[in-house]
Amino acid sequence: MFNFLSHGNKTFDRGVHPGDFKEQTRTLPIERMPLVDEYILPLSQHLGGPSKAVVSVGEKVIRGQLIAEPAGFVSAALHASVTGTVIAIEPRPHPSGRFVESIVIKRDPYSAQRLFDEHATDWKKMEPAELLRAIQQGGFVGLGGAAFPTHVKLSVPPGKKVDFFMINAAECEPYLTSDHRVMLEQPEAIFLGIRICMKILGAKRAYLGAEINKLDALAQLQSQIPADLPCEIVPLETKYPQGAEKMLTEAVLKREIPSGKLPIDIQVVVNNVGTVAAIGDLFRYNQPVIERVVTMTGPGIQNPRNLLIPIGTKLTEVIEFCGGMKEDVRQILFGGPMMGNAVRSTDVPITKGTSGVVFFTEDEMVSTKEYPCIRCMRCVDACPVYLNPTQLGALARAGHYDDMMDLNIMDCMECGSCSYACPSNIPLVQSFRVGKALLREKMARERAEG
Amino acid sequence: MEFLTSVGFLTGLSIVLALLLVFANRKLSVYEDPRIAQVQDMLPGANCGACGVPGCAAFSEELVAGKALPSGCSVGGPETAEAIASFLGIDAGSAERKIARLLCAGGCDVAGDIVDYAGFSSCRAAATVAGGSKACTWGCLGLADCEVACDFDAIHMGSTGLPVVDADKCTACGDCVDICPKNLFELHSENQKLLVQCKSLLAGDDATDLCQVACTGCGICAADAPAGLIEMKNNLAIVDKNNFFDQTEIATLRCPTGAIIWLDGQQFPKEQRSAKLQKI
Repeated sequence: MFNFLSHGNKTFDRGVHPGDFKEQTRTLPIERMPLVDEYILPLSQHLGGPSKAVVSVGEKVIRGQLIAEPAGFVSAALHASVTGTVIAIEPRPHPSGRFVESIVIKRDPYSAQRLFDEHATDWKKMEPAELLRAIQQGGFVGLGGAAFPTHVKLSVPPGKKVDFFMINAAECEPYLTSDHRVMLEQPEAIFLGIRICMKILGAKRAYLGAEINKLDALAQLQSQIPADLPCEIVPLETKYPQGAEKMLTEAVLKREIPSGKLPIDIQVVVNNVGTVAAIGDLFRYNQPVIERVVTMTGPGIQNPRNLLIPIGTKLTEVIEFCGGMKEDVRQILFGGPMMGNAVRSTDVPITKGTSGVVFFTEDEMVSTKEYPCIRCMRCVDACPVYLNPTQLGALARAGHYDDMMDLNIMDCMECGSCSYACPSNIPLVQSFRVGKALLREKMARERAEG
Repeated sequence: MEFLTSVGFLTGLSIVLALLLVFANRKLSVYEDPRIAQVQDMLPGANCGACGVPGCAAFSEELVAGKALPSGCSVGGPETAEAIASFLGIDAGSAERKIARLLCAGGCDVAGDIVDYAGFSSCRAAATVAGGSKACTWGCLGLADCEVACDFDAIHMGSTGLPVVDADKCTACGDCVDICPKNLFELHSENQKLLVQCKSLLAGDDATDLCQVACTGCGICAADAPAGLIEMKNNLAIVDKNNFFDQTEIATLRCPTGAIIWLDGQQFPKEQRSAKLQKI
């Protein structure tokens, strides 16, 4: 047995050490969320172009049936998470705060909710290209939170090759335990998913990187690795943002991804452990992405839980299942506290990218009063991609976004370590988000004008 | 006598280099139409891009090449266009004057907030956090990104938190249109008098619960206006922007919320600038 607790676990340079606050839910087994009456499935749950609906209002759909197809390569398919009737295709509230075109399905209360098309496919007989197509058809997106279409990640561009397949089980966001529970409860699905991804990529070896605050899961996976699977479990120091692709490859392989490049450029492909387990489920049960594990946690919820929730369930109903919110809830975050997004109402659906919902009360609200920068350089020490947030922040506040380009703002991955480290409460990462969005728009305009 | 060698050497060198420069000037020179520089001097020099090409230099090249008409510069206005046209001996072209209009009237007096926003004071930043604090998802956030973006001092935030566009100063450069995260600005011809000041897709009470002056999608304006002028789409009245002739104030009279207005020039009344700004 390897010695987890000794110092010298692998990690990357810099980063921050927020408390992990995972004790509320780390020991709670995954429970299935009961079915509700209505499901709202936004056509835009992933990065890339919105999907195109292939059903019409009034049509009957079966659980697992394709209801929207990908529009273009960087897009994802969408499946009915419940058997019922399409009652509307219209703009509905979305966690992003906008109204997004969504397919609304009313559950058929008398249906047995069997999966659509049950014949199992034998992945061993399928070619890598067929497997990739099956994953695209299955509506797979990164379940870690970014929701980038999985088939795009798994497609190796011509002229490139893949040495290693990396499974991202760092789960470095505080509070969230969904990946932790998946690792404990579905090791077979994970190992099957790893085999399939390695076959698609032609990778020689797989690494599963997880932080040592998930010792039980690591030990269990280590003891259950099939003898013929070239997979290594790598314990990592608990540190944020270990789960970022660039940090994970640096921590596990000591390979650094150059500025502006992707993991594929250093012969690595990274995928989230939840996604890998779901890929395993696709080939075990022929189940596309119609449900996911969501951690309902935080001091503001009565009964924290790890729940398997069908995509499209309204947050209001999940909260009810968890015994309701405490009275003084002040903030609800989709995702973890470091990179998650606040929502403005509980009227929004759980989407494919929702890894957890965190409820904060009045007590956790820290002062947001902003003070002047004292040049302590804590943000510089925290930035895992070696940017200078102090200078970038000053430029952003002055509106000099063009100059931020020269300081490599585009390498910023918006992890928020700088804002976390700042003793003056300067909203650094938020200003970088604005700057990056404006610069991207400007570049797109310049391309369009030639 | 030694110094003579140095003097001689340097003189020789300078003559050789001068000849080289003369040669370069003759053989490698690129001819540029002198009118381009002159036209560029006549343009306002705002480099705003409203004409559709990046900057005044590029626009003056297009003008001299005959690829664009002087009226394409909305910043300079008719006088500049006239001057350039007579200088180049071409037609100035006709351009109707455009003004930026805000498609929202939900100031803090009529439209409430649903959450608190604390963070980077910019509409762009607020919009990335669950769409901002305003209860209406489509409404103006009032954090003044457009005021900052306007190069012509034409936008100032009013007392209800909405940007007031000075119709006399607006040059229709389109910077506010680009910066607004809610896409609330549109460039309208000054002849366009009917304006629906709302983008909410909600209907009836759902809309008025969030904002007292929202368009409820009732369709009264469409019924009162000449056929085809106003179209109802997604619970919102859409005015035909190419039909100035049929426009009538009657369409606005029975609007239950006042979302559709008849305007002449100024959209919101110009306000006394706040004391803080006046001091500067």
